[in-house]
Amino acid sequence: MSVARYFDEMSYGPAPEADTEARAWLARHNSLFGHFINGAFVVSASGKTFDSYEPATGALLAKIARGGREDVNSAVAAARKAQGAWAKLPGHARARHLYALARMIQRHARLIAVVEALDNGKPIRETRDIDIPLAARHFYHHAGWAQLQETEFADQVPVGIVGQVIPWNFPFLMLAWKVAPALALGNTVILKPAEFTPLTALLFADLAAAAGLPPGVLNVVTGDGETGALIVEHEDIDKIAFTGSTEVGRLIREKTAGTGKSLTLELGGKSPFIIFDDADIDGAVEGVVDAIWFNQGQVCCAGSRLLVQEGIAPLFYERLKRRMGTLRVGQPLDKAIDMAAIVAPVQLQRIESLVAQGMTEGASLHQPKIDLPEGGSFYPPTLLTHVQPTSIVATEEIFGPVAVSMTFRTPEEAIQLANHTRYGLAASVWSETIGLALHVAAKLAAGVVWVNATNLFDAAAGFGGKRESGFGREGGREGCYEYLKPKAWIGRKLRSAPAAPVVKAAAGDFSMPALDRTAKLFIGGKQARPDGNYSRPVLSSKGKVIGEVGEGNRKDIRNAVVAAQAASAWSSATTHNRAQILYYIAENLNARAAEFADRIAAMTSASAAGARAEVDAAIARLFSYGAWADKYEGVVHQPPLRGVALAMPEPQGVVGVICPPEAPLLGFISLVAPLIAVGNRVVAVPSEQHPLAATDFYSVLETSDVPAGVVNIVTGSAVELAKTLAAHNDVDALWAFGSPELSMLVEKLSVGNLKRTFVDYGKAIDWMDRTAAEGPTFLRRAIDVKNIWIPYGE
Amino acid sequence: MEDLAVKSTAAALAETAGAGHNWPRNDGIELDLSWVVDQRVNLSAAERRVATLPGRRTVKKDAQAAWLLRAVTCIDLTTLNGDDTTERVKRLCAKARQPVRQDILEALGMGDRGITTGAVCVYHRFVSTAVEALKGSGIPVAAVSTGFPAGLVPHDVKLKEIEASVADGAREIDIVITREHVLTGNWQALYDEMRDFRAACGDAHVKAILATGDLKTLRNVARASLVCMMAGADFIKTSTGKEGVNATLLVTLVMLRMIRAYQERTGLKVGYKPAGGISAAKDVLNYQFLMKDELGREWLEPDLFRIGASSLLADIERQLEHHVSGAYSALNRHPIG
Repeated sequence: MSVARYFDEMSYGPAPEADTEARAWLARHNSLFGHFINGAFVVSASGKTFDSYEPATGALLAKIARGGREDVNSAVAAARKAQGAWAKLPGHARARHLYALARMIQRHARLIAVVEALDNGKPIRETRDIDIPLAARHFYHHAGWAQLQETEFADQVPVGIVGQVIPWNFPFLMLAWKVAPALALGNTVILKPAEFTPLTALLFADLAAAAGLPPGVLNVVTGDGETGALIVEHEDIDKIAFTGSTEVGRLIREKTAGTGKSLTLELGGKSPFIIFDDADIDGAVEGVVDAIWFNQGQVCCAGSRLLVQEGIAPLFYERLKRRMGTLRVGQPLDKAIDMAAIVAPVQLQRIESLVAQGMTEGASLHQPKIDLPEGGSFYPPTLLTHVQPTSIVATEEIFGPVAVSMTFRTPEEAIQLANHTRYGLAASVWSETIGLALHVAAKLAAGVVWVNATNLFDAAAGFGGKRESGFGREGGREGCYEYLKPKAWIGRKLRSAPAAPVVKAAAGDFSMPALDRTAKLFIGGKQARPDGNYSRPVLSSKGKVIGEVGEGNRKDIRNAVVAAQAASAWSSATTHNRAQILYYIAENLNARAAEFADRIAAMTSASAAGARAEVDAAIARLFSYGAWADKYEGVVHQPPLRGVALAMPEPQGVVGVICPPEAPLLGFISLVAPLIAVGNRVVAVPSEQHPLAATDFYSVLETSDVPAGVVNIVTGSAVELAKTLAAHNDVDALWAFGSPELSMLVEKLSVGNLKRTFVDYGKAIDWMDRTAAEGPTFLRRAIDVKNIWIPYGE
Repeated sequence: MEDLAVKSTAAALAETAGAGHNWPRNDGIELDLSWVVDQRVNLSAAERRVATLPGRRTVKKDAQAAWLLRAVTCIDLTTLNGDDTTERVKRLCAKARQPVRQDILEALGMGDRGITTGAVCVYHRFVSTAVEALKGSGIPVAAVSTGFPAGLVPHDVKLKEIEASVADGAREIDIVITREHVLTGNWQALYDEMRDFRAACGDAHVKAILATGDLKTLRNVARASLVCMMAGADFIKTSTGKEGVNATLLVTLVMLRMIRAYQERTGLKVGYKPAGGISAAKDVLNYQFLMKDELGREWLEPDLFRIGASSLLADIERQLEHHVSGAYSALNRHPIG
């Protein structure tokens, strides 16, 4: 086109970023890549490869090694060999390595950005201005954690060998989110990049080796889902960190159940984007561009569900549609575009078919009349309005540039619609009224909330979801804990199976009998008979029947969960209120300390002194959590913008607790107290062998102003009740202490709603040891951190 | 516009943009106070839009040369200094007639397009000088008025100043608003003042200078923009060039959104003029991208877009010479304006 023609049309011409250096890097490797194991590139043991394509053109980019069992084994062996020495390095030495990686990313930023755009199909603007700078920032930030590890995490040790499986939507950024904290804190890594987008991970390995990272510390094994499965199932890997679909996350939870592998899952979302009638509408329209047309909508936290206040909906849609008409879709390396290619034809087909289904279900489609490049996988920015909550496009993650929209009338309805999903990753709230915006932000079930903004990230602010969006956090201090374990737990021993005492029949006699006492279940603040109306005997250590408790069943659990759900006011009670009640429980327990000690002595083989010590420890523990209740607080992050991000600890909701067989009172208190201290409601199953301390305890609860439904107690078979709790989709988390089998089934059955689990794999904690059995180690597992980003300014 | 060459540009535009230049003039509407106070601008969101713009839009090579030439046609070539003289103004007018060396235009294939600046902008004292110097070129003379730059002379004096400039042949009047009306939220006073200015202009087009650097908040900018349009402004303009902060992309974004909102409601197109602080070619491109993406293709033409600038042209000339020669240029290779 001539100058004159451009002058008349005033159109944008092509503005390509050069790919010379990126192509040269591919050529240096003959467009053929092995795994990066023990500091060097090696071909697959099987010799197998797969092809990696350029999404924008469909052209072959490179041949990539397909990892098999032997490759994974040698990567794990290399990581294992390196881990001890890597963890033993002073934090400062690891900090220097991380710093070198950060600087190395910055020095080669453009090369990485171009390779990423070629391999993934996303716009160079995003890789250059967002992905790569954020990745460098992540390494900087974690160089700092390495430096501070000895003082800031003195009570923790590295988890060990970490298998990391990352997705194709942000290949390099997700690498940074996974690798930086793992390495910083003394772990070694086997990373599997996504099959569609392996190149920047290999480029990173190439550069990391040049930067002097010791062999074996970072290993990259390429391949598809099968390779990922080999990593997930490898028995010498201590932790799996996965980002990807909820479907695969579920499989990983099942596969790793009971193995003792630590697990973090960053999964899908259907994040709400709420626009109130007092929002800056043009600002919000631009927010939608950044929410759902960022990275072609292939973003786990994409604001894909627009909720628009009814009164402004027509104006909002009009302006949004106008804006859609000015979006430009083009080649990834074009510097004058807003969107580029979908990662692969299969993803494109998925988007097309979901949109088609949404339309048959009544949605109205709007796509602007704009040009799409020929060839390659491209999909236009799309808005679906008149979407009903029943439609598949309202419930399923589309993972494409498709916003679905519905309206609401009141803030309450907005919150209800927003939270009415199985996911809970992110949310965006648009209102110029601070009270409204923060009120809604606090009520949203999401790990990240952006106020008048969207898709903001920073290494210092944890990222991660609630519900089926997964568990664990990446970034910040909370993200570090995902790669650490408590030092105090290292020596835990497998408990021996409790010997079932032989029941000794006790003959009656003519002395004054003890007054019969019926231990009931405690549900919704009321003593309740078990639904089945069966009882089970409770024996002393000598085999004497010392009482009976109800045989709780599925329906008792159901009722207890209903009661716990109804007690949601506890979660928003003031911390002072919760603290007072915990102290008061301690006070009332103390008044009956002798009785509880006698009970413990009668049930267990504990001496009178030992039993009294357990009661005293329980009282002290209640005090500890009363103390923590108004001190376990969030932090105010200062991300790189004019504003703050509030990291707020939030209760998980309704938590099941399977108490350990030992320490019938202290075990119960040690688990229930931290949970309720931070606002959870609990359904507790007391020690199966020694339940009477817990059933005695409900009258303590009754006299301590504990609101109905906050603590519910169901006695019976630990395993059977755990099964019901684990599979219950309205239970948000489950803590289970007991046999290895119990841990296994709890983790396995938790996949329905991907509830958080906290289990001991049969390794008993010494409940009398405060360092192992009390404090932030438990509180951290009782909350999720929600980061509320609040940019400000006028 | 009378100039034949400009008409040929207009004809070409008619083919490509499907519309001519004779947009109906904005005669204003009743003051709608609730609409004014309803305006909300989130600063961080607006900043983000502006910050990401250069990464989303760029033009290279021939396209860039064309966009810069288009920018030249939108420049209000300006001199507003205490030491201005008639000879200085004549020199400026000569530059307005031939803003880019003819050999460069030829090399760009644009030698026959009659490229001129959009207007020449002077104080009232030099209006007749400029009108005389520009005779036959079709280039309008714009006069800053109403006690420019502070706008604190008596209201009747302001109206007399406008009338005098119009009488001397100014076809465009750049008025300054009384910032106090905005800072105290006295929208009725602002509306009335602007109404009077507009009436005094008669057929001359009126550009309302908001002095955004004095208004400070984007909310004030949005509200003042709207009130001035309601009162019949043909253009809204950022600054006098004399405030601490003059044109920025951020206030531009807000003012363009107000122009769009006004068009949404009235169907009328109001022009936009950033002034002060735009001195580099790469800066003006960003303004053009915002105009095109926020308002549309029509707003890249001088009847809806003006750029108040004095040194911008020199940088554009250098860029254009670089484009045709491949060698970086120097200021002294281009005639002074």
